[in-house]
Formats: sequence, structure tokens, C-alpha cells
Amino acid sequence: MATTAVSTRRQAAQHDLAARKQRSLWRDAVWRLFRNRAAIAGLAVIVFAAFVAIFAPIIAPYSPIQQNTPKQLMEPIWTRWFGSQFTDSGYLLGSDELGRDILTRLMYGTRVSLIVGFVPVAVIFIVGASIGMVSGYVGGWVDNLLMRFTDIIYAFPDLLFVIIIVATLRGTELGTAMDGLLLIFVALAIVNWVGLARLIRGQVLSLKHREFIEAARAIGATPVRIMIRHLFPNVLAPVIVSLAFAIPGAMLTEATLSFLGIGVRPPTPTWGAMINEGFIVFQATPWPVLLPAFCISIILLAFTFVGDGLRDALDPRMKI
Amino acid sequence: MAQQLLDVKDLHTQFFTRDGVVHAVDGVTFHLEAGETLGLVGESGCGKSVTALSLMRLIPQPPGRITEGSIVFDGQDVLKMDDDEVRGIRGNNIAMIFQDPMTSLNPVLTISRQISEALELHLKMDKSEARKRTIELLDLVGIPSAKKRLDDYPHQFSGGMRQRVMIAMALSCNPKLILADEPTTALDVTIQAQILDLLKNLAREFRTAFILITHDLGVVAGMTQRIHVMYGGKIVEKADTAELFANPKMPYTWGLLRSIPRLDEHRKAKLVPIEGLPPDLIAPPPGCRFEPRCQYRRDVCKEKEPELKRIPNAKPDHEARCWGTQEGGWLVDTDWHREIGDTRVIEEIKKEVADLPAETKKDGEEPPLPPPSPVN
Repeated sequence: MATTAVSTRRQAAQHDLAARKQRSLWRDAVWRLFRNRAAIAGLAVIVFAAFVAIFAPIIAPYSPIQQNTPKQLMEPIWTRWFGSQFTDSGYLLGSDELGRDILTRLMYGTRVSLIVGFVPVAVIFIVGASIGMVSGYVGGWVDNLLMRFTDIIYAFPDLLFVIIIVATLRGTELGTAMDGLLLIFVALAIVNWVGLARLIRGQVLSLKHREFIEAARAIGATPVRIMIRHLFPNVLAPVIVSLAFAIPGAMLTEATLSFLGIGVRPPTPTWGAMINEGFIVFQATPWPVLLPAFCISIILLAFTFVGDGLRDALDPRMKI
Repeated sequence: MAQQLLDVKDLHTQFFTRDGVVHAVDGVTFHLEAGETLGLVGESGCGKSVTALSLMRLIPQPPGRITEGSIVFDGQDVLKMDDDEVRGIRGNNIAMIFQDPMTSLNPVLTISRQISEALELHLKMDKSEARKRTIELLDLVGIPSAKKRLDDYPHQFSGGMRQRVMIAMALSCNPKLILADEPTTALDVTIQAQILDLLKNLAREFRTAFILITHDLGVVAGMTQRIHVMYGGKIVEKADTAELFANPKMPYTWGLLRSIPRLDEHRKAKLVPIEGLPPDLIAPPPGCRFEPRCQYRRDVCKEKEPELKRIPNAKPDHEARCWGTQEGGWLVDTDWHREIGDTRVIEEIKKEVADLPAETKKDGEEPPLPPPSPVN
């Protein structure tokens, strides 16, 4: 303890500094995120959507699949003031060609959209992160093998690849499980992990020769430990941003698939499927198409705003 | 021999590059007793750091490889261990302090997590034990209000404090040997002195053996018991610290000593740089490696490489690799303070340096001239 003699004098001076509240990287990032109005608006929309999705059975006025043939193709209630005769105060947003309440179906559609947004992205995260991390850190032939495999998948046009997978496997057991949702998860995960794997590999390649990684090796840390404890937290920021943008991408793909009629099986309500069905009656009334389209746009916009906010918050160097 | 902590014999570490094989460490032999402090001195690119990394088997592989030799640490050959055994030694028995504390701490982990990592790994401590020990360690290395700084991130620490943290990390498992690779190079002079003081006291307190790697003879002077001077991947002179400064026997060492500014020197005395560049380690000169830059060279230097040998009229454990100062050589009685060397040879070297392509001179690891720190 002889050495503490030097420090005792400085101790007093530094005491104030040490007493100040800690601010970690993450707390800073959260603070910056909450100063971004667009991101806050986006977050609010997402929270609202999540609320609707969770409590859909309680707050929805009707059953999403129950048909009410006399009340087909009702228009939203506000069209009444513009001279529409086909409104019904029981159907706030009108009804579709089978007389199902559009508001109810939109609420239930939120469920599918959010699930499709989060579940495949979680899979993408696990697969992409592990492959990118191993590929970048281990290097050599392992890297070569994994990256060539990644390149092959990357070479396919995304949407076409998803459509091929879904269309081929639709009839199988996998295709029918969970009304076809499971197959969509799988297809989205298979196609989309490559981007994340490449991103992480690139980050790891530049990080692994840094001195602190060498220092970690010098204290005897195993490669797995170095990857998980030392490298992973360092690549987390770009990964979060990339995932935040992957979520709306996945939602949009699901909507596209459902619109094309190879998504979630009817009568499960999804926004994409609602647009698809609405097209048949588009000449009669545009609302069955417009309303779900509007919902898709809003939720995509919300996620994109949050993604932008996260990027700005997690990479302070980008702002001047 | 039996009681030696570290016994390195004929160590060869090579890097296989597109241009050829770089003989970064080329037959280095030395030993270290428990609690002893040793200085490895030499200019950039002479193999000091690679030697240290080889001791822990941290050479990046590929392109590097330890091709020959043995490293016996505490009775076990490090080179014959499997990966798990080596990991058991790293951080536990041999610890390392890196040159640049700004980059050797992980920016996204708190200080306490980084220090306690080795404790959890090697001593199998649980979280709260490791935390307690971490506070002790931070206190030990002189970090004020350690308890409060524990959960800080590296960017909240100054350079000197970060180096203290690195030292705390190195000390965490009570290693028998600490390798300090230029531990003060990235710090300013006052902090340098503090860190060196700290290292010296800790080495004494815990009887930890130290290998201090530096290009600065001034740093090792007060720190180490013995000094090995390296040049071109080889050890060119071995001696006790006092003996080396009082009675250096290798023209390269003379060059290093001449290029250190001294307070007691006459004001108008000029620093004498070592002209030229370190040898290309892909195709090293066939004779003495220092021959192309040596101001005392003779024909024999070019033809045959001298061995590391005992020196006449010096202490018994003083060895040097030089034809001139060995038994019957022409430099045995030379006073290096007075005789700078053969003036014709100096002119010759200067001309050669001037003829070098401009690029090599700029990119060369050692700028040949500027007086303030001509050694590096």
C-alpha cells in the first residue's frame, strides 16, 4: 500500500468527479433517443399497436371472421356526411365483401404484423449474429465456407426467394402450421440473416485486431468468451439499428405475400390479405383497400422513425 | 537452472509473408529467476515485442509461427502445451501490460468487469468476491475512490489511470511474471515516472518477476537488475544494469547511450544518432547484423556473425555479440565516450543513408536524425 501515498493528495480533488452521477453509453443513447421527436412519435405508434394487438379480443366489437351478409360493403361512418348511403353506425370503418367488420379485422391484423415483425427478426438476430461472429473471429477456411454460403443466399433476389420458399412448401406440414405463419417466419429468417451476418463479420474483422482483444487473450480468455463478452457488446449498436430496420422489412414482406395470396391462410385477418380481398370490390368501394394500406404505411413509418432515431442515438459520431 | 522461473532457449519466431520469411526473433536465449527484473532494450522492429508475445504464445498465427526453441516457464515448456493449458497460464502466471492504455481496454465494458474477468476465469471467484478484490486492486494501483470508479467506463479515465487499471488487471491473479511492453511510451513524462514507480514498488512488494520492454534506456536504468540489448531479432549484449551503463561492450549499445540526452553533459555537446536503418529481417546481413551501421566495422564483421560471448575486462556475466570487443578484438580498449569511430566509416554510412530512396527513409521505423529522441 506504499503506492497509495501518491494518490491521497489527489483523492480529495477527484472526489467530486467521482461523486457525479454515472452516465453509461446506453443511458446516453436512451437520452438521445428520447430527444428525437420523430422517434418518440414512432415509439408511441408502436406501443399503441402493441396494445391493440394484445387486447384485440377485448376491444374489438365483433369477431374477425364472422360473416354478416346483409351488411356487406358498408362504408366508413364518416362518408355519411359526403352523401354515402351505405353506412351503418355499428361498423365504424365499414365492412368488407363478406360483411366482416373492417375495424375488427384491422385490430386482429395488427397481431400478425407485429408477430411477423418480431419473431423472424429474433431468429435473424440469433442466426446472423452467431454466423457473422464466428466467421469474422475464427477466420480462415471457416470464414471462407460460411461467407460463400452467405454469398449464395445473398445472390438471390430477396422477395423472389421468399416467394419461392413459401410457394414450394405451402402444401407441407410446415406450410399449414399456425395458419401458414410459421412458414413465413422460416422463409423470412432464411432470406434475411445474411445481411446481418455480413455486417457483424465486418465489424468483428475490424475489432479483432484491436489491442483490447489481444489484452483479453493475454488474460487467458477462450475464443467463445472473447466473442460473447468482448466483441459482442462492441458490435451491438449497429446490430440494433440494423434490426430496427429489418422489422418493417419483414412486415412489408408478409403484407406482400398475403396480398399475393400465399401468405397467412384466410380467414385469419392480415392487412396484406385484406388489401387482396378488397381489390375484388375496389370498383364498388375503395375503403377495404385504403384502410389496411394506411395501417401498413403508418406502422412501417413508425418503425423507420424509431430505426433512424436509434441510429442517431447509438452513433454519436454521425452527428456533428 | 532448476530454480529458474523462465528459461528461453534459441527462440525463433518467424512471420511468413508474401515477401518472404521475416525472422523477427532469431535465436534468442535468456533466463529469468523468480522476482527478477529484466530489461529488453532495442529500437523499433528489433523483436522485443515479438519475444514477449511468443512467451505467452500470443503470436498471430498465421502469419506468425514459433519455429524453433523452447520456453520453459516454471518447469513446463510453454511451446508444448495445448491451447487450454496455455490459456491457464495467460493472465494467471504470466500477465502482460500493453503499450497503449487508450486502446487496450474494451470501451464498452466497465472497469470492474474487465479486471474481474481474470479473477473469475482463473481463481474461480464469484461475482461479489471478484468485485471486492477488484476494489483492493484499484486501491493498490492508486486509483482514488476506487469504490466509486468501479463501474466507470474506460473513457472516463485518463491515460495514466487507464495504465494503472491495466497494471491492476495484470496483478489480479498474482502472476509470477509480468511482461510490460513499453508500458510508459504512450504516457507523458510525469505520469511515466509515476507508473514506473508503481511498477517498481509492486514488483518489490509481491516479488513478481518483470520483463520490461522499452526502447528507452532511461526507463530501464532505474527499474531492472539486468538488461538485454536486442538488435535485428537477436540479443547483442547482456549485462547487469550497472555494468551495462558503466562498461558497455557493443557498438550498438554505445550508439543507444550516445543518443540519450544527459543533464550532466556540456551544453554544446551534440547527441550522436545511429545512422542508417535497422536491418531487413527478411534477408538479414550475413555477418554481424549491426555491421552496416557500425562505425567501427572491419571486414570480418561482414563475413561472419559473431557469437554472444564473454567479454574480457568485464564482469563474468557480461556478454556481447561483437568481433571488436571480444578476446583479441580491436575495440577491447576503446573508450566509447571519446572515440566516436572511424571517420571514414562514418562518412561512408552517411553517404549510404543519403542514397536510400526517399520513401524508405520516411517509412523506416527509425527516423535516422532528429536529436530529441533519436533512439526511436
